[in-house]
Order: sequence, then structure tokens, then C-alpha cells
Amino acid sequence: MGMAQLDQAPRFDSVQQVRDGLRSVNYLADDGIAGVVYLADRLQKPVLVEGPAGTGKTQLAKSVAEQLGARLIRLQCYEGLDESKALYEWNYKKQLLRIQADRNSDSWSDVSDDIFSDEFLLTRPLLEAISAPDPVVLLIDEVDRVEVETEALLLEILSEYQVSIPELGTITAKQIPLVFLTSNNTRELSEALKRRCLFLHVDYPDMEREKQIVLTKVPDITENLADQIARIVRSIRQLELKKAPSVSETIDWARTLVLLGIDHIEAQQAKETLHILLKYQTDIAKAAKELSMEAKK
Amino acid sequence: MLDLLNGFVAELRNAGLPVSLTENLDAMEAVKQIPIEDRDAFKYALGATLVKSNSHWRAFETVFEVYFSLRGPHYSLLEDGTTDADEMWREMQEQNRQGEGKGSGGGMDSLTPEELAMMLYQALLNGDQAMMRALAKQSVQRFAGMEPGRPVGGTYYLYRTLRNLDLDSMLEKLMEASRQEVGGELTGLEERLEKDEYDSRIEQFKAEIESEIRRRLVADRGAEAMAKTLRKPLPEDVEFMHASRDEMINLRKALQPLTRKLAARLARKRRHGRKGPLDFRSTVRHSLSYGGVPAEPKFKYPRPAKPELMVVADISGSVAAFARFTLMLVYAIQGQFSKVRSFVFIDGLDEVTEYFKTTEDIQEAIHRVNTEADVVWVDGHSDYGHAFEVFWEKYGRDVGPKTTVLLLGDARNNYHASQSWVVKEIRQKARHVYWLNPEPKSYWNTGDSIVGDYGAHTDGVYECRNLRQLEGFVEKLA
Repeated sequence: MGMAQLDQAPRFDSVQQVRDGLRSVNYLADDGIAGVVYLADRLQKPVLVEGPAGTGKTQLAKSVAEQLGARLIRLQCYEGLDESKALYEWNYKKQLLRIQADRNSDSWSDVSDDIFSDEFLLTRPLLEAISAPDPVVLLIDEVDRVEVETEALLLEILSEYQVSIPELGTITAKQIPLVFLTSNNTRELSEALKRRCLFLHVDYPDMEREKQIVLTKVPDITENLADQIARIVRSIRQLELKKAPSVSETIDWARTLVLLGIDHIEAQQAKETLHILLKYQTDIAKAAKELSMEAKK
Repeated sequence: MLDLLNGFVAELRNAGLPVSLTENLDAMEAVKQIPIEDRDAFKYALGATLVKSNSHWRAFETVFEVYFSLRGPHYSLLEDGTTDADEMWREMQEQNRQGEGKGSGGGMDSLTPEELAMMLYQALLNGDQAMMRALAKQSVQRFAGMEPGRPVGGTYYLYRTLRNLDLDSMLEKLMEASRQEVGGELTGLEERLEKDEYDSRIEQFKAEIESEIRRRLVADRGAEAMAKTLRKPLPEDVEFMHASRDEMINLRKALQPLTRKLAARLARKRRHGRKGPLDFRSTVRHSLSYGGVPAEPKFKYPRPAKPELMVVADISGSVAAFARFTLMLVYAIQGQFSKVRSFVFIDGLDEVTEYFKTTEDIQEAIHRVNTEADVVWVDGHSDYGHAFEVFWEKYGRDVGPKTTVLLLGDARNNYHASQSWVVKEIRQKARHVYWLNPEPKSYWNTGDSIVGDYGAHTDGVYECRNLRQLEGFVEKLA
């Protein structure tokens, strides 16, 4: 295809290497996650990470950066994000000063050439990511929050790894960064954006993996307690709730239980600490009832 | 390989997934990057490049199973030499022999059904994956009675296999074993956790059986023919009126993210309405900070009034599912309306707004609608005419110029009087009246359907057979 591909040494040799590397920075990836990160590097394509809130989507980008020893550049998306916040902006004040500094000496063309140069350009995350000389990982967080029109801003950088600035010309990437986009799926992203990305759905982990996550993230927890926590959380997620507990909430719960000095959860204790796991009163009541945490007999 | 991939992509498109040319090329590029014998990696490589929406993942998995099920060492049909399971079986035999002094030896084929059940019990108890897979193979071979070329669907074989295994009583036995292990009673919480654990193992075992059957069918009939029979509509295209139980569950799962999206989209739409006329007062007030120069013109943003909604739904057998989904959807985004009232009917009519008000749990409310609402007047067969009359008599005065009335049903009136004048009256008082019909358009006004009679007095009759159409309508409404 016609894109400006740079010949760049791949960062990973195998899927297993990605996995081990992520594990070394305390991120437990499953086969799917590690596989897609590996492919993203090989195919030089961005990864669109989607899934329920609190399943470690943002953390994935951070961990990959940490593992590679790369700088993480983060663009937090929000409604109303525009070019001047995402790509670049001219430093008007400095330009004004430049013009006023020597009003008489320069000809017009000298000034205009001068004030539209690198010196007066304020780089924003996207431009910064592709013009960086050092290795970087670009994280475009919660991309579903921007309007469909703003998405178009991202397209050029995601497929060609370049930014066009009318006054300066096109700035092409010196090296192709790993790019992660996260989405909570509050709206359907445009086809054009999806087409350019590899798609990775990060769901709640299965029981075994969740247990491992709890074990890595919570120091001083016993295997037995971690196992029990993972089981209870799995059962709770099977209920129809307004909001299922996220992985981060599981970890919070585990930390609380450890702080309380509990190493075997009884129904009563589970019920009393359930509000850490679930945020809606109806959900708490439902879970307590379904899992028979209500005191009986 | 290239041919196989092309066939695979073609089948994905047939199943309704939008796979573009670029994505197809990406997939080919991706599979070059991974070791071909790694089946899981192969699957994720294809998934990441071809499937860009989570709701399409299931469809992808099915097609993948069909096209690539016969590949990889793990999955070969013919068992050559000894497998792990045979090994284990021999070990178990050893132990048995020591205990009872007898044993038949040999591979799994020579097991009696009781021994097979016993092994399955052990495998499930220990969560032994390899054993479960081997047993799934064995059970299918033994019980499914598959014959080459027989034109029977996979579900038939699945049913036959499961009937012979009697997994329900297996669950009970497993639970009993857990109880004995702790020496007597489990607490309610433990009981539930154990049950969920075994349930998930049994589900896993069933999935193994299913894919074994599928593998054998593919071997018999070829991938293309098989994919065709397995082709299922995507969740958003499943028809409400003909959804199976599994499809219903998937629909309900699909509904939740959909309502979230819809609510976000509608809220956004409301905020980003077009600019209104100049707000003179505000502009002057802000001009003070520029020394009286109106540098920053302020505009009045229109705040469109939120509509008031009255939903009147037929909940008789055939259209019940549709009514349920519409109610769920409407209540999930009720923040977009100033007020929502709901009525259900069969031949009598009852207001159910209270059910939704008293609980935050929509599922529970729906359950109460199904069990408690007083909707039968004479015989429990739909009578739209009578239901509308009652509605008009009791609640007609509440219909006002801000009200949008939604009538849901297939308008199959069992040849009762239509009383369509009610709809006409409603329309004169209300802002809008819409009719949503879950039947395909071609069925309208056939048999006892009189949707045309009613439709003439509404602002529009909409076909709402699936989630996609329902979503489209609701977005237009708010």
C-alpha cells in the first residue's frame, strides 16, 4: 500500500516475549492481548482497544510503554477537542513579539517566513508523538468522546504517520510509534477509523486470570483469599446488574479485605464490604440476595 | 491457504460482517507474521484485523470453527496411537484393579457407559481440561449416532449426546461431593459459588461436545455447506417475534450497550442544537468587560422541550417479546423524556407506570408487568378495540399537546371491532401518534391484521422487527 512505511526493527520477537515483558511490569495479558500488541508492532498499525470500563485498557498502553522503556504521550479526548489541542498551534504571542521587535528592518517576506517556522510552533500530543526522536507510545484515550467530525483529525496520523501543516508542509514521523486508542463504546466509531486500526476487545478476565491479577496487584494476600475473591466476583458478574464490578474494583475489594485482616470470606463480611465492589444500591441488594449473603438460619 | 482465507472472508461477509478490502489485505499480512501452527494466535490475528465490533465476535468464532476446525495437531479427527486420555484411563484402571481386582484395559472405546459417566464425573470434579476434551470426543462418537451424508442439523446430534449423558444429575452429584468434602452443610454463599464453578465446567464440556460435532459435520459435508447451515443473524438483526431462547439472552445483552449509546447520543444532540437568535441582554451584559463594545455576541440556545411519552403495548403471546424490549429500551433512556407512562393490554388494559417507578431494576419491573398486570377482560385473546376504548375512557384526558403516544402491536385483532375512532381522537389531542409493528411489512393487513385501519389515523406506522429498526425509531423520537 502507498503509505510511508519506515524500515524499522520490530520491537518484539514473539508473542511470548510481549507476554513476558508485560508480566515483568505487572500487567497480566492473555493470549489475545499479547497477540494483538505483537501484530500492532509488526504491521505498524494502531490498536483500538474497546471494552467495559475498568478492565485495564489505559493500563495496557502504559504498561507497554513501561516495558519498552518508551515515553508515553497521552491525548485525553473530550467533547470539543480540536486541532489546536490535539495537533499543533501557532504561538501567537511570540509571533506578535517577533513582528514588533524589529518593525523597520525586515521585509514582509522575511518576517512571514520567519514567524511560520518551527520556533513558533507549539506541538500538541499528536504532533509531538510523531516528531519525537526517542521511542514513544501514543495513547489516545477515550476516543469515543470526541465528535465524529473530530475523528477525522486522527485519520492522517493513524494511517500515514504524518501531520500536514499548511504553512510548513508535511511533517513525517521519524519513527513509527505504537499507538493505542481506547474506547468505552459510548458511540459507534466511524468506519474509516476502525478500518485503520487493529481491534482488540478487552473483556473482564476469566476467573483464573483475575485471581492472578489480584495476586500480583495486592501484596500480602493469601492464595486462598484471592481464589475466593475471584470466584465471588465471577458469580456476581453473571447477575444482571446495572454495573458489573470492574477489575479495579475487584482489586480495591481485595485490598480492603486484606486491611481488615480477613483471610476467609464469610457471607456476613462479604455483605458488609459489597459496596466497594458495586456502586448501585439495587445492585448491592440483588447480589446479596442472589449469593445468599443475607443472614439466614 | 490463500483460497481458504478468501473463502473464509466471503463467508464472514455472508454472515453480515462488514469486511472491507483493506481489512482483508491486513488479515493476509497479519497471518504472515505469526507461526502457522499456533491456532490461537492465528485466530486472534484474523479477529483483530477482520472484526471491528464486539457484537460480531460470536459470528466470527462460528465461521472460524467451521473453516479451521480441522487444522492443528490438537484437533485432528483420527486418534492415532495413545492419547493423554488413554494414558490416564490406564492409570485409573491400575488403581481400580488394585481395589477390585478387575479391569478391562485397552482404550476408551471399551468403556461401559457407567465407567464413562464415572470418568466424566472425575474430570468435572477436578476441572481436568484434557480429560474433558477426550471425553467429549468419546461421547459424541458413542452417543450422537452420526452417519455420513445424513441431512440432520448439529442440534439434533447435540441433543442425542446430551440426553445420554444426563448432565443435570451430574451437577447434583458434584454438589453432593462438595458438601461431603466439608463434612455436611455448605453455607448459602459457598453453595452458590460451588454451583457456579461446576456450571461453568459443564458449560465448557458442552461447548467441547458442540465443537466436536461441528468438526465431524465439517469433515463430512465440507466447510462451505456447513457454514451455510450455521449462518445466524447478528444480534441486532434477530427478529423479536421468532427469537429462540438463546437469541433472547443475546438480545438482552446487546440491549444494554445500545441504550447507553443511545442515551449519550441523544443527550449530545440536545446540547448541540443549532444556534438560536441573538440574546440581546446577555450580549450587552458581556460587553461591559470590553468597555461597552459588544465584542462577544451571545445567542439564545433553543432548549427543545422533552416529549412526554405514553406507551400502549399489546403483551399477548406472539408480540410479548417485542413489547418487553421496547419497554426496556424506553425506560433505559427515560431521562430523555419529561415523563413516561406505560400501559399494557391483551383484551383488557392496565397502567404499569408504577412498576417502573417503584424499582430501579427494569428486569424486575418487566417481570411484574408479565405476572401482575390486569390485562385480561374476557378470554385473553387480543382485542385492540376494547383495549383502546378503555384507554380512552380512563386516560384519554391525560393526553395533551406535549404527549407522544406509541402504540405497539401487530394489530391482529381476532376479528373484533377495530374502534379505530379512538386512535383518531388521540391523534387530535396528542402531539404525535406512532404505531410500531413487529411483523414484516408484507404480512400487514393480511388475515386478521388491521394495522391499516389504525395506521390511517397515526403519524406513521413503523416496522420494528429487530433491534436495529427499534433503535432507529427511538432515536428519531427523542
